[in-house]
Amino acid sequence: MTWNSRLLAAAAAGALGLAGAAVAQSAVDAAVKARKAHMQLYAFNLGVLGGMAKGEIAYDAGRAAEAAGNIAALASLSQAGYWPEGSAQGQVEGSRALPALWTNGDDVMAKAKAFQEAVTALAAAAGTDLAALQGAIGPVGQACGACHESYRAPE
Amino acid sequence: MRLPVAIAAVLALAVAGLWALTAPGRLPAGSLAGLAGDAARGELVFWAGGCASCHAAEGARDAARLVLSGGRRLPSAFGTFVAPNISPHPEAGIGGWSLEDFAAAMILGVSPEGEHYYPAFPYTSYVRATPQDIADLWAFLQTLPPDATPSAPHEIGFPFSIRRALGLWKLLYAGDGGFVLAEAATPEIERGRYLAEALGHCGECHTPRNALGGLETARWLAGAPNPAGPGTIPNITPARLTWSQADIAAYLRTGFTPEFDTAGGHMAEVVRNLANLPEADLAAIAAYLKAVPPAE
Repeated sequence: MTWNSRLLAAAAAGALGLAGAAVAQSAVDAAVKARKAHMQLYAFNLGVLGGMAKGEIAYDAGRAAEAAGNIAALASLSQAGYWPEGSAQGQVEGSRALPALWTNGDDVMAKAKAFQEAVTALAAAAGTDLAALQGAIGPVGQACGACHESYRAPE
Repeated sequence: MRLPVAIAAVLALAVAGLWALTAPGRLPAGSLAGLAGDAARGELVFWAGGCASCHAAEGARDAARLVLSGGRRLPSAFGTFVAPNISPHPEAGIGGWSLEDFAAAMILGVSPEGEHYYPAFPYTSYVRATPQDIADLWAFLQTLPPDATPSAPHEIGFPFSIRRALGLWKLLYAGDGGFVLAEAATPEIERGRYLAEALGHCGECHTPRNALGGLETARWLAGAPNPAGPGTIPNITPARLTWSQADIAAYLRTGFTPEFDTAGGHMAEVVRNLANLPEADLAAIAAYLKAVPPAE
C-alpha cells in the first residue's frame, strides 16, 4: 500500500464513521420530535378540558368525553421508542430530559402508572358533568407534573 | 519598636471592628410582646412560605409533607446546603425553641446559639413578614409530628464555611424588610407583594445573584441560572411572562400553563404548596407579577 492509498483508506473509513454517526443522530432527533409531538397531543386535548374546567368554554359532555378518551388512548400507546439512549439534555439539541430518567426505571414506571390511573379516571368522569371533570383533571395535572418535576430540566 | 506596636494596635482595632460588625443581631426587646399565635392561620403562612419544599423529605407527598425532617439538598455556587430538621422534636428538631428563637431565625437569620444561618434559608425574604404571621406559623409548627432524624451538616468549603463572615454578607445584602416594589397601586397588588416578596420568596430563585450571592434587585424576577443544573429559572416579569392574571393564578393552583404544559422542577413543589391558599391570594400574586417592572 502506498502512502497515498493508506491516506485514502483512512479518509474513507472516517467518512463512513461520520455517516454512521449521522444516521444514529437523526434517529435520536426523530425520537425527541416524536415524544414532543406526543406531549403536544396531550396538551391539545387537555386544552379542551381545561378550558371547560376554568369556565372559558361552555361544558359539552360529548366534546369532553372525546378529549378525555383521546388522552386515555394516547396514554395507552407504548412510548418505549421515544426515549433512546443518548437523548438526554446536552446529548441532543432540544431535549430537556434529565439523565436520571434512564437510571430510575422503577420510579419512572411508578409515575407512568399513576398517570395511567389518573387519565383512566378522567376518561370515566369527563362526560358525566362539569363538576366531575373539574374533580378529575387536577390529579392528571399532578401526574404530569410529577414526572416533569423529577425528570425535566428548566429551559 | 513603636511602629510595630502601632500597626498591631490598628490591626487589633480593625479585627475588633470587623468582629463587632459581623456579630449576629438580636430582635429588639419586646418586639413580640402580646402576640398570640393562631395555628389555623399559621397553616396558610406555612404553605405560602413554602417551608415543606425544603424541610420535608425529598419526594414526600400529602401528609408526609408535614413531617419536617429535613435532608433536602440544595446545590449552589458555594457548595451544597442540606435543609435541617425543623419538626417539633425536642433534640433533632426545634421543639426546644421559644417564639423569640423562632422569630430571630426567620427575621435575622440567627440561631438560638447566636450563629448566622446561611441565606439558603430565605430569611432575606422572611424579614418582610409581619410579627403576627411569624407567631401564627410558630403555633402551626407546634402541631406537626416530631421526627427524630438528625440534621446533616452543610457541605460548604472554605472560606464560605466561616459563618461569622456571613455577618458581613448580611450587612451588604440581607435587606431591612423593605419591599422591592416600593409602591403597590391596589390592595390586591399589596397583598400579592407580601405573598411573593415576604413569604413566597419568589425572588430567591427568579432573581439573578452577583458573585457573592447577593440578589441583583435591579433585575428583580428577571430570571437566573438554575443552581441545580443546566437551564434557566425563567424571567417572570411582564417582559416575558405575558399570561393573563387569571392564567397565572390558574397555573399557581393547578400547575397547568395556558398551553397545558405543566410546572416542572422545583416549581412543582411551589404549586403543591400554593394549591392550599385561597383563590384570592393566588389572584393577588398574579396581580403583583403583572405590576412589577418589566426587566430583561
